[in-house]
Amino acid sequence: MAIDRRTFLTGAAAVPALGMSPWRPARAQGANSVKIGVLNDMSGLYRDIGGPGSVACVRQAIQDLGSKGFNVEVIFGDHQNKPDVGANLARQWFDQDGVDVIIDVPTSSVALAVSNVAREKDKIFLASGPATSDLTGSACTPNTIHWTYDTWMLANSTGGAMVKAGGDTWFFVTADYAFGHALERDTTEFVKRAGGRVLGSVRTPFPGTSDFSAFLLQAQASRAKVIGLANAGGDTINSIKQAAEFGLTRRGIKLAGLLMFISDVHSLGLQTAQGLVCTESFYWDLNDRTRAFTQRVLPKMPSELRPGMVQAGCYSAALHYLKVVADMGVQQAKKSGAATVARMKAMPTEDDAFGAGSIREDGRKLHPVYLFEVKKPEESKGAWDYYKLLVTTPPDQAFRPLKEGGCSLVRS
Amino acid sequence: MDEIFGIPAPLLFGQLLLGLINGAFYAMLSLGLAVIFGLLNIINFAHGAQFMMGAFAAWMLLEWAGLGYWWALLLAPIIVGFTGVVMERLMISRLYKLDHLYGLLLTFGLALIIEGIFRNEFGSSGMPYRIPPELAGAWDLGFMFLPVYRGWVVIAALILCLATWLLIEKTRLGAYLRAATENAALVQAFGVNVPRMVTLTYGAGVALAAIGGVLAAPIYSVNPQMGTNLIIVVFAVVVIGGMGSILGSIVTGFGLGIVEGLTKVFWPEASATVIFVIMAIVLLARPAGLFGRA
Repeated sequence: MAIDRRTFLTGAAAVPALGMSPWRPARAQGANSVKIGVLNDMSGLYRDIGGPGSVACVRQAIQDLGSKGFNVEVIFGDHQNKPDVGANLARQWFDQDGVDVIIDVPTSSVALAVSNVAREKDKIFLASGPATSDLTGSACTPNTIHWTYDTWMLANSTGGAMVKAGGDTWFFVTADYAFGHALERDTTEFVKRAGGRVLGSVRTPFPGTSDFSAFLLQAQASRAKVIGLANAGGDTINSIKQAAEFGLTRRGIKLAGLLMFISDVHSLGLQTAQGLVCTESFYWDLNDRTRAFTQRVLPKMPSELRPGMVQAGCYSAALHYLKVVADMGVQQAKKSGAATVARMKAMPTEDDAFGAGSIREDGRKLHPVYLFEVKKPEESKGAWDYYKLLVTTPPDQAFRPLKEGGCSLVRS
Repeated sequence: MDEIFGIPAPLLFGQLLLGLINGAFYAMLSLGLAVIFGLLNIINFAHGAQFMMGAFAAWMLLEWAGLGYWWALLLAPIIVGFTGVVMERLMISRLYKLDHLYGLLLTFGLALIIEGIFRNEFGSSGMPYRIPPELAGAWDLGFMFLPVYRGWVVIAALILCLATWLLIEKTRLGAYLRAATENAALVQAFGVNVPRMVTLTYGAGVALAAIGGVLAAPIYSVNPQMGTNLIIVVFAVVVIGGMGSILGSIVTGFGLGIVEGLTKVFWPEASATVIFVIMAIVLLARPAGLFGRA
């Protein structure tokens, strides 16, 4: 049998669809159970930030909740960082698979798409992975809570710290999609407000860029004091590595990794990453409660990874959701996503990873935010001992003021 | 400061040089693909995965056996090349009588499996690999600051490309290879063990990818998807150069690296797309590629 070109192309087009999620027949939902879908990047450059680690953390939340008289099911899927794939999977999960809540969804462009689907189906979206502050701003919905961090918070903490240290001229190396644009926009505002100037920016194709040296040299040519890296994951790792290679840092140019995760530091190695500052809302070695949480979840984590803030956010979000379900009763909680989210906003949050917190009416989860400096190799006492705490920003100052976001849910 | 098209001249020269360096990787990888396609008629989609395996082999040799960069440059191609030989014997050799597409699908599947295994084992963020101390540091060229290591990559790639071209075009072994491409049955009738030659050629093509991986390890983070990012571009390079043309893939590899480098200055957002635009134009104007025989 010979395959003609057309059959081949159709087959090739079907491959990603198959890889995404095995087709599951619609199943009658157990009347007494809720279903959580963890949707994130399982196979690409953001896998270590969320990936199977997020699934492990959601399972930990179910275990920590203990028996409350209802069942919790967890399924997971790979959105491949593509908005269309993510939206289709979300739709299938809500329509056919009886999923009540989708958790995680890194990659802002995918998250914005999934947020729309959740609103349309009146289900729930608990966003831990994505960064764009639009999720609680112009694109806010009554069905979405933005949990772990956002671009405004990063710009405020890392950007603010860099400007304070004298970095008043900036050049951005920006990943060319929703996340990078939002991060650049929010940081620019801070730099300008603090009296600094932005000398230029370069948009790098996403995904698929691995050589950043050309962009870094453009940044260097602008003579800016600070190069703001408005990218994430593998892109940030390569940018920092190549900036060191081309001697940018030795010439006194400061790198601002606006979004850095502990898995990035682990991959770079302390030799290259030392001295960088970064902002996170969770660090495994922060206090006794975060260490206890890490000890519990570690056996479930893939590739001996320590949980990062996105994964811890999935834990915290799932735990809070399940507490509300226990409080409302399963039947009531499944009825309307928006109503359940409203109850989640009314109830204060409390867990080992983030301590006490709350959820604002625009869907912004509030907790303290930490500015860290990456340790020198000789300061690190053991595996994953990477951060020194520089500044703690209290919840009420760490996030964008409610009135400035432009969220339609906020009554002025 | 002098300007060319509104861009400061030093910046432009810098970008040209960087383009050349990236072109070196394109050339090395497309060379291996061209060799394999030329003789085996197999479109080796596993090439990116084999490039990644080369980088991981370097990392493993360092972490687990304490063998540094230079040993890796020697051993990684041998180890990865050997896995290629095994793959060819066990699987690919069964497909020679079938259409190209079967080989493409098989190697594509193998690439996914190999990447999946590495991803499960090592995660996606990657592993650090230091530049060897002999090649650390940088030269100040006046118009830019060139890391010694990047200079080394261009030189190594040029030597490798030239050596491969000479081997195939100017030696007796190369003559056998080219003859087998034209008419395998006839060459076999002259007493040349063609199946073994085919196996070793695949191994050599894979070894070329592995050398590329070792050279790339200190520049990029050693991660499971490092090959996926490159392989699509490299295929475009092969198509533009002309499938199976050795010289074509070398020249096109370096050339497209430079074009991409320039695009990064004038229209950064399009730098990932420009090669495919060129590919489309070349396919319309010269379907056999710039150096291919129609």
